[in-house]
Amino acid sequence: MAAGIKDKVAIIGMGCTKFGELWDKSPEDLMIDAFKEVIEDAKLDKKDIQAAWQGGPEFTPGSVGDSALPLAQALKLPFIPVTKVENMCASGSEAFRGACYAVASGACDIAMALGMEKLKDTGYGGLPEFSHYATIGTKHRIIGANQTAPGMFAMLATRYFNRYGISPQEGKKMLAAVSAKSHHNGALNPKAHLRREVTIEQIVNAPIVAWPLGLFDCCGVSDGSAAAIVCRADMAKQFRSDPVYVKALQIAATSGEEEMYTDYDYTHVETTTRAAARAYAEAGIKNPRDEISMAEVHDCFSITEAVTMEDLQFSPRGKVMDDIMSGRFNLDGAQPVQPDGGLKCFGHPIGASGIRMIYEMYKQLQGKADKRQLKNPKYGLTHNLGGIPYRSVASIIIVGH
Amino acid sequence: MTGITSYGAYIPLQRINRKIISNATGWSASATSLPGEKAVANYDEDSVTMAVAAAIDCLTGIDRNNVGGLYFATTTPPYRERQSAGIIATALDLRPDIRATDFTDAIKAGTHALLAACDAVKAGSEKNILVCASDCRLGRPGSAQEVIFGEAGAALLVGDADVIATLEGSYTLTYDFMDQWRADGEKFNRVWEDRWVRDEGYTKFIPQAINGLLKKYNLNVKDFAKVVIPCIYLREHQGIAKALQLDEKQVQKEMLTTVGDTGTANSLMMLVSALEDAKPGDKILVASYGNGADAMFFQVTEHIEKVRNRRGIKKHLASKKELTNYERYSSFRDIITMEAGFRGEVGPTRVSMAWRERKVILALCGARCKRCGTPQYPYQRVCVNPKCGTIDEMEYYRFSDKKGRVFSYTSDSLAFSASPPEMYGVVDFDGGGRFAFNFTDCEPGALAVDMPLEMTFRRKYVDSVRGIHGYFWKAMPPRA
Repeated sequence: MAAGIKDKVAIIGMGCTKFGELWDKSPEDLMIDAFKEVIEDAKLDKKDIQAAWQGGPEFTPGSVGDSALPLAQALKLPFIPVTKVENMCASGSEAFRGACYAVASGACDIAMALGMEKLKDTGYGGLPEFSHYATIGTKHRIIGANQTAPGMFAMLATRYFNRYGISPQEGKKMLAAVSAKSHHNGALNPKAHLRREVTIEQIVNAPIVAWPLGLFDCCGVSDGSAAAIVCRADMAKQFRSDPVYVKALQIAATSGEEEMYTDYDYTHVETTTRAAARAYAEAGIKNPRDEISMAEVHDCFSITEAVTMEDLQFSPRGKVMDDIMSGRFNLDGAQPVQPDGGLKCFGHPIGASGIRMIYEMYKQLQGKADKRQLKNPKYGLTHNLGGIPYRSVASIIIVGH
Repeated sequence: MTGITSYGAYIPLQRINRKIISNATGWSASATSLPGEKAVANYDEDSVTMAVAAAIDCLTGIDRNNVGGLYFATTTPPYRERQSAGIIATALDLRPDIRATDFTDAIKAGTHALLAACDAVKAGSEKNILVCASDCRLGRPGSAQEVIFGEAGAALLVGDADVIATLEGSYTLTYDFMDQWRADGEKFNRVWEDRWVRDEGYTKFIPQAINGLLKKYNLNVKDFAKVVIPCIYLREHQGIAKALQLDEKQVQKEMLTTVGDTGTANSLMMLVSALEDAKPGDKILVASYGNGADAMFFQVTEHIEKVRNRRGIKKHLASKKELTNYERYSSFRDIITMEAGFRGEVGPTRVSMAWRERKVILALCGARCKRCGTPQYPYQRVCVNPKCGTIDEMEYYRFSDKKGRVFSYTSDSLAFSASPPEMYGVVDFDGGGRFAFNFTDCEPGALAVDMPLEMTFRRKYVDSVRGIHGYFWKAMPPRA
């Protein structure tokens, strides 16, 4: 078996814009803003970057068209290889993977990954109607249900509650605790979009978007961009004293069996489960519940975060409610999740989210997370999920000292 | 022997009491026209989808490969050019080497299609021809037609073996009688003065056709067990029967107060209703009306007992939901145009793709792996069973006639729907196979894991920019 890329690649710089309804920022502005921070953080010259990957955007191509050229032109990158990658909501992590693999393979020494999305130019609250953007194949546009993202994830909750005998009231309270925790963290983060604490009561009583998910069970809708510069691990200390090392990087894409074969239980996400197991093997982690210090997971909806805790083996199957209600994943809990506020408070500019998650892990490992700083984190995990529960692509990235 | 070999019908779930309409519009025409209620097609139904539903009922227990033709009668086809019968035949997964045609432009087209089918079978040109009729005619808000018109469909299979009712004779009148008309591109029917229509039209042509038939075949009207009189005036319905000296039990019950005037389907609906109660040896006389009239004479055989397991008229009538809101009713036919928002905009339909995938989209066919037996939707070339994965050993597998259950569900207030909230879920089919479908004719509060479901052919979207009606299948709780 291949050895993987553990400790072969280091992150030497990161940047992340403020996320939000950035009406006065263009896609190019967002990329330039993320780039200014990453290049300053890495203390590099633009000429040192030998290859770049652009994650997304899924819905809002930059002004020069749907390719990697928006990144190349916005930053005036000097004729280096630049590639656009797109893997639904996991596009940011996919870009990071491209950069890491390029460095790990020896194809280049220093590479950049940048993700961006400008959702607030689509005219929609929530993600745009998929059929307009050809993100759902034209056949599936006709044969697929007239669905939205909250609806497809709501079905996780329907089935989870049914399977484990949880009443809608209990279930909604559990989900509310997930969102309340993230709102608390987001309120501490100046880069977050939604920076307000919300009570369990407010969350439970909010209008229903797709039963049983209400307004506060859904993440925000935002613009944003985030970037990372990676280099060969043996060079990292030339650039900074506190680089962060990539311990594992795994992606799993569905084979279609959850969608069309009747074994799938719709109370977990198979791609997350598979990618996590492979990532733990790659990083040499035996007991994720004890060894992973913190995580940023894909909490597009509260139920997604809840079942992800089980898929990541942070909680036993069917038992996440105990851990949520006991505060295990709170900022002061045993295994903090979404210390930056998560998608819940950052919103989810599709191409950017995966790298935004790594940004928080990077800052926490460097002790630069300000009011959200956790005590001596060792391993940080990010989980970036594209698609819907039965038709998904999941990425797991583990970083550490 | 040539005649009807099977029957079926479809009446939409929703009914609106005529008082709700007259209270909303306040016009005397709507207030005085008719009592009772009428059947209302849901927002996702039209003439084509109702014909498919009636045809499925009619084809219960019948091998669809034996159907050699499909005649569809309607005055409300979704397209001026694109054969509705072709859409229906494809949705029913019939063989392609069949005759299919649309009979249209007069409401007697329903009985005309039935006559044409009988003639074709009698001539030996085809063995089994499926005749469907359905209509969704619209009256302008406040008009008598708005109150009178109902929406429903009927289907009859015509053949020469195991005939349940033989066609013994017919008589036809054709007049350019302009009582109702709708020019190309118009949405609502126009009518001439009601009294003239009643006195010079209905009450003359129907007796004329019936008497013509009786005379032509030297028959006595007393010999008929049931006579179908499709008159849209309740008093004249009785008046025509009285003039013919019919006993009350000979008169097939009107459907105006329960379903409404269903256009091309009207006489055939009443015929199906008569067949439901018919005994071997019964004679049935069916009259129709519309730019003239038809009269047909059927004799019921002992095979009638073999086709009792239909939903037909009775079960569909019994299964209903009151629509208590005139605005909601009006929005279904786009008389009140609802804001669809960006999320209600329709993207382009790739017509060449829809043709290539016609069995998957219109006929709801998936694949069954010949190696492991797994049914899967949509059609796959590589088996989805992770323990199998065989390539290109598939056969088509039709899901439209399979029952299923809710595996998970939601009701979604974000997705655009003409009848919010949009409901959908993952459906597990009996016998295997799983896919996510929209739900229709269903209440959000009734949704539950393991709820039984069946499939129904519906109009999924209308692309008014490109003039395309997109059809697909939805899941619904079984009607009866």
